[in-house]
Amino acid sequence: MTAEAVASLSARALRVREHIINMCAGGGCFVGASLSCADLLVYLYSSVLRVSPAAVSDPYRDYLFLSKGHDVPALYGTLAELGFIDRKRLANHLKPHDSIYWHPNRAIPGVEFHSGSLGHLLAVAIGVALDIRLRGDANRVFVIVGDGELNEGSIWEGVLVAAAQKLDNLVLVVDRNEFQANLPTEELVPLEPIEAKFRAFGWGAWRTDGHDFDAMERAFRRVLFEPGRPSAVIAHTVRGKGLPSIERRADRWFVSASREEVAHFMEELHGGAAVAMTSDVRIVR
Amino acid sequence: MYEHFLYEIAQANPDLVVMTAENRAALRNLPPMLGPRFIDVGIAEQTLVGAAAGLALRGRVPVAHALAAFLTMRAFEFIRTDVGIARLPVKLVGAIPGFLSEANGPTHQALEDIALMRGIPSMNVFCPADEVELIDGMAHILRDDAPWYVRYNACTPAVDHRTPFAIGRAEILSEGIDVALLTYGCLLSQCRTAAALLEASGVSVRLINMRTLKPVDEQAIVDAARDTTLLVTVEDHFASGGLGTIVAEIVASRQLAVRLHRLAMEERWFTPALLPDVLEREGFTGERIAARIRGVLAPLQKT
Repeated sequence: MTAEAVASLSARALRVREHIINMCAGGGCFVGASLSCADLLVYLYSSVLRVSPAAVSDPYRDYLFLSKGHDVPALYGTLAELGFIDRKRLANHLKPHDSIYWHPNRAIPGVEFHSGSLGHLLAVAIGVALDIRLRGDANRVFVIVGDGELNEGSIWEGVLVAAAQKLDNLVLVVDRNEFQANLPTEELVPLEPIEAKFRAFGWGAWRTDGHDFDAMERAFRRVLFEPGRPSAVIAHTVRGKGLPSIERRADRWFVSASREEVAHFMEELHGGAAVAMTSDVRIVR
Repeated sequence: MYEHFLYEIAQANPDLVVMTAENRAALRNLPPMLGPRFIDVGIAEQTLVGAAAGLALRGRVPVAHALAAFLTMRAFEFIRTDVGIARLPVKLVGAIPGFLSEANGPTHQALEDIALMRGIPSMNVFCPADEVELIDGMAHILRDDAPWYVRYNACTPAVDHRTPFAIGRAEILSEGIDVALLTYGCLLSQCRTAAALLEASGVSVRLINMRTLKPVDEQAIVDAARDTTLLVTVEDHFASGGLGTIVAEIVASRQLAVRLHRLAMEERWFTPALLPDVLEREGFTGERIAARIRGVLAPLQKT
């Protein structure tokens, strides 16, 4: 990837992070998970997915299913930056007259399916991938899951079924931020070695750095990894990436901040000093 | 035959796909006939339902088969969340529901499936009395753009169905003013015997085959409540949440004063055995149903 392309993606990702931080006010959002997959979403929508605001209903588009759900502020921000929705609409976050709430739903152009209950959208994506193959079409189906989401039995059911069905039009992306709601994943239900697990289940698997656009380009250009097999990309990320004050903090999964704190976060995002948060920690799960 | 019917429909409708979670009893001959439009995900009910939702998102009409207990309970949240919230036209077919699980034991007894499915906004429920009605009804349901749960029952015809199938319309098999006997599924044939026995002893019976429990034929229930002395619901389902509950909700919401007697499973699973023995043991043969109704009706008629 050229330095110019990386700079352009980085600038876009920075704007998406600004949107995410703004959504911390007026009720808050799942900021830690959103910041971890902001670069992934920006990269996929900008460089990989064959989809555009004019093609949200095109049967030949690539699909992206956001299964981890609570990181939807990153998706809202990405869709706004790419023109799927008006940036002004993000100010409606959590307002009853719009549909921009804590989990994704199809009222937002570009959102393929609702999620929030973990472990669902791999199964839904399998159905979409089966239909694409039945019709002999070339579109691809991407699913982003959280690493904590890999606790769900339905994920492994789907991993078996996708391999059995030889769905090589299906790409599962694991946002490997090493945290689930309250705890580091490896302290609760250890997941490693994730890559070996997917390979043992009959998938092609590859690790990448989910904050490094060059690395992501190298990984996703290799998709599909192996003919006749679905592909898993384990994207190593940092929960809260971009805000050192909340990075890798178990108690900053969800942040509801005052306008003043949001202004401080914004300074921190742009290189200012780390914010000392005073708002109450809110545990939603 | 059900699988021949599915094959015929699949020929006419290229969007139809037949799915199963390795429950092939009713579909044995379909894999070679349907080719890639027959999808067996293995013993994976959650993936079955989620994938059916994905296929429906792409414009397919998936008919997904699994044992009723595992389909409606193991995969409940997938049905509610992926099919229900999106109102996708997925057709869920639950095998061996109610007493039809026979000797499998309580793990396989779907006695709460109707309660669960009807509680999902947008979901509809069809409980065919036999194979003829199953096929008649499926032809309508596959054309309907709503999600459906079908309580699979391919028994030999319970009655000579003279009323054409219509969604939300019950079949009135006899008129009567003493007892209205409301039922569905495999117990219709037993209720027909019970009605004949009651008629022979001078009790007039309105026998109603409900067919679809959601949408339900409210008018048939209201008419029965107004015209007869006693309403009796007969079902191979828990008393909570099935037809007895539906009838109670309707008469209560319309403020109708009725006598309602519910024959259903009360707070326990049934004794596992072959179907005739289950019916006998649990009091659901025609003779036992007639006797239980006489016991309720007699004191009412004396007053």
